[in-house]
Amino acid sequence: MSLLKLDTIEVALGGNTIVNQVSLSLEAGEIGCLLGPSGCGKTTLLRAIAGFEQVADGGIWLADEQVSGGQVRHVEPEHRGIGMVFQDFALFPHLSVADNIGFGLRKASQGEKKARVAELLEHVGLEGYGPRYPHQLSGGQQQRVALARALAPRPRLLLLDEPFSSLDAELRESLATQVRDVLKAENITGLLVTHDQQEAFAMADKAGMMYRGQLLQWDTPYGLYHRPAHHLVADFIGHGVLLRGHINQQGCVETPLGCLHGEHFGNAGVGEVVDVLIRPDDIVIDPAGEREAKIIARGFRGSHFLYTAQLPGGAEVLCMAPSHSEYQVGSQIRLRMNLDHLVLFHAGYCTTA
Amino acid sequence: MTLSAVKQSTSNHAANGSSSRLSRFSVPLVAGVICLPLLVVIAAFFIGIVSPEQREVLQHLWQTVIGEYVRHSLILLVGVGVLVLVIGVATAWLTTACRFPGVSWLRWALLLPFAMPAYITAYTYAGMLGFEGSLQTWLRVTFDLSYGDYWFPEVRSIGGAVAMLSLVFFPYVYLITRAAFIEQSSAAMEAGRTLGLGPWASFWRIALPMARPAIATGVTLALMETLADYGTVHYFGVTTFTTGIFRTWYGMGDPIGALQLASILMTFVVVLMVIERSSRAKSRFHSAGRSATRTTPHQLKGGKAWLAFAVCFLPVLFGFLLPALQLAWWSIDRYDIWLQPSFWNLVSNTVILASIAAVVTVLLALWLCYGKRRMPVPLVRSSVGLATLGYAIPGVVIAVGVMVPLAWLDNRLIGLSQWALGYNPGLIFSGTIFALIFAYAVRFLSVSIQTVDSGLTQIRPSMDESARILGLKPKEILARIHFPLLRTSVLTATILVFVDVLKELPATLVLRPFNFNTLAVRAHEMASDERLADAGPPALMIVLAGLIPVILLSRAMGRRKADEQAAHAVEPKPEEIYEPVKA
Repeated sequence: MSLLKLDTIEVALGGNTIVNQVSLSLEAGEIGCLLGPSGCGKTTLLRAIAGFEQVADGGIWLADEQVSGGQVRHVEPEHRGIGMVFQDFALFPHLSVADNIGFGLRKASQGEKKARVAELLEHVGLEGYGPRYPHQLSGGQQQRVALARALAPRPRLLLLDEPFSSLDAELRESLATQVRDVLKAENITGLLVTHDQQEAFAMADKAGMMYRGQLLQWDTPYGLYHRPAHHLVADFIGHGVLLRGHINQQGCVETPLGCLHGEHFGNAGVGEVVDVLIRPDDIVIDPAGEREAKIIARGFRGSHFLYTAQLPGGAEVLCMAPSHSEYQVGSQIRLRMNLDHLVLFHAGYCTTA
Repeated sequence: MTLSAVKQSTSNHAANGSSSRLSRFSVPLVAGVICLPLLVVIAAFFIGIVSPEQREVLQHLWQTVIGEYVRHSLILLVGVGVLVLVIGVATAWLTTACRFPGVSWLRWALLLPFAMPAYITAYTYAGMLGFEGSLQTWLRVTFDLSYGDYWFPEVRSIGGAVAMLSLVFFPYVYLITRAAFIEQSSAAMEAGRTLGLGPWASFWRIALPMARPAIATGVTLALMETLADYGTVHYFGVTTFTTGIFRTWYGMGDPIGALQLASILMTFVVVLMVIERSSRAKSRFHSAGRSATRTTPHQLKGGKAWLAFAVCFLPVLFGFLLPALQLAWWSIDRYDIWLQPSFWNLVSNTVILASIAAVVTVLLALWLCYGKRRMPVPLVRSSVGLATLGYAIPGVVIAVGVMVPLAWLDNRLIGLSQWALGYNPGLIFSGTIFALIFAYAVRFLSVSIQTVDSGLTQIRPSMDESARILGLKPKEILARIHFPLLRTSVLTATILVFVDVLKELPATLVLRPFNFNTLAVRAHEMASDERLADAGPPALMIVLAGLIPVILLSRAMGRRKADEQAAHAVEPKPEEIYEPVKA
């Protein structure tokens, strides 16, 4: 039984279809993540799950109970048992931290409320902050209060709308892991919206990328990176280039990097012209490698350099090397392929992107 | 998610309730009623062009008085414009960028002239500088002179009026320009310094041009008040449109002529409004940079420090302290007035009237602002915008625009009632305080809408949704989130309107029911009868009440400073990162 199931839902706002035919599911305790550029419909999808938007078609089920679409039409947000952390945190400025966190605990007795608030303050590392007011907290602290407030009523599902976007980069990553730990500790299913793939990788069991209202792929983060089902996914997630090639009779893909062997992903057949996804980690700089290339640009990434190398035919690829073995721009190198599978797209897709 | 999509989504969500359908109709309706006086004046303008009979009236006015009105109005506008510009910008810059003795209290003291209605300042200066006044008396006694022996500037002149109005209205420029200077990124100034400009050159070439839209906004507001002024010019015997409308209305009993004059005055106002709106729009771009650091104020020493002190202190002295002292003196001199029950009767009359007007206006503002929040469609939003035009319209124009349709309505009602019931109900609308309340609502709705709206935008839609998802029903959200968060701004709006009504003179003079007086009207009557000292106690009451908004303003200035310091200490607050979505 999935805890959250969306079946081909559509959401329209002001006559425009913002979310188009999206289906996905999350098991209880899993953390899902929706990635995508701004304006792709991911926040609207989240709001539809929360019950702030109506679905035009399709249905939403929470633990096998339909909450949107079909016969039920629309269950109001306050009756869905969902928690939500807002992008701007939406803390109530006139209430103390403790009152903010206890806000959703309306049926609990005073004692229970106090205990739960104390427990959550400890969970999010804000012991002793109960009597303070939101404006006395830093951004990261406000974020954790917003999380604690959403978790307090023990929702079945927690929705997080770009929860870290207003915070510093360093703070983001530590908070993302912290949020993941708290969700796992409380055994709460989570669905996060972000445009930051590092955040998604750090938190998610399942992730998907949305583009123009459509969910292009719903997979594990590993799957999104290594087996992108769409060239836009390949482009948006991680570094990499698409190399033009064609599949010969042996099923080998002939590219400027040579004839590439490996398990095929994608539905291209023998004889077709394809684009092959080449990630920097698919290529090793090796003096014994069979391909020649010239370094035309490099970027220092701390632990390693990211080089742009030009192949004799003019095609460019990205490759990495640890930063203690440094190559100058213009120097000749040799490349060795380290591919175990090939991600193929029908050629020409990328020109439409 | 794009901003437009956010807006759409909130509206979509809001569109579910029947209350939002109600706001779709009621908000434009309320706005229409509020705009009625303005429409009447505009209609008069067009009728004046179209109908031959009216054209004759207009022609007569042109031949006789309008030239003089226009000339006087232009002198006032140019004089006041230059003076408020110089005083306002100089004080704003000195109190922002420099440190000198007294600067911390001068920062708020420069707002004190706001507490003085221009006509009251005029009475006090007439008292101080007139022939019978203390200064001239002292001169005559000391130098043993008599009338005609010496030259003394006549305060009751158009120059005097320019001085009075400038002394009272320069805080508009000061306040808005100072806010702009504070908001300016110090990086821009520092960039100028690294590019080789000295402190003076960077003021002229960077700070001042960047603040230009704000300065323009401040000056146009001061000029709108100048055009609206009736009490000062009337008392000083300067004929302008406002006094002309009065004379035509009362002296000649010619409402149509008064309307025609009002419509010409409105063309001046419209020009100012266009300037004001466009400079406000510009200042939004100019303050794009969000600066965390401020340049430390420049420490002035010796003669420069004294000069800076004098530049900032003299406007306070002449704009507030001297007039206030004069009022206090009159009030002590005529202490017997304080003991008369008729005076306290007048006070309670005024307080009741101002309270009713304040409550009605704030309720209207709440209705319109909530309507806009629930139903942010173009029709509703532009209706709310229309309802806030009144601040620019001179009180006397509003009064004429209110009186004409209400008198027409009353006459129809009387006719109907006599025909059906054989009974004359009297002037139900135009002869009661209804007309006054209506006019006050038109004039002061924008003050309360701005205040309420800024309170309401603090309650971001996500807070409503957050409360909703934590299990609250919409009604409970009102009680537990909106009420506590809006309380302060509603109270502030009520106080602001209350005090504005207290100070208001021309509309009250036109619309008050027979034998109904307010403090402002009494002060005006006493001064017009040359019983200046008797004007003291009511004027002092008005000024004391006028201090309340000044205190609120200076506290708001202080709060902003505290926020800045807090922002240095911790990370930026979310409300500083996300510009509230201005509907």
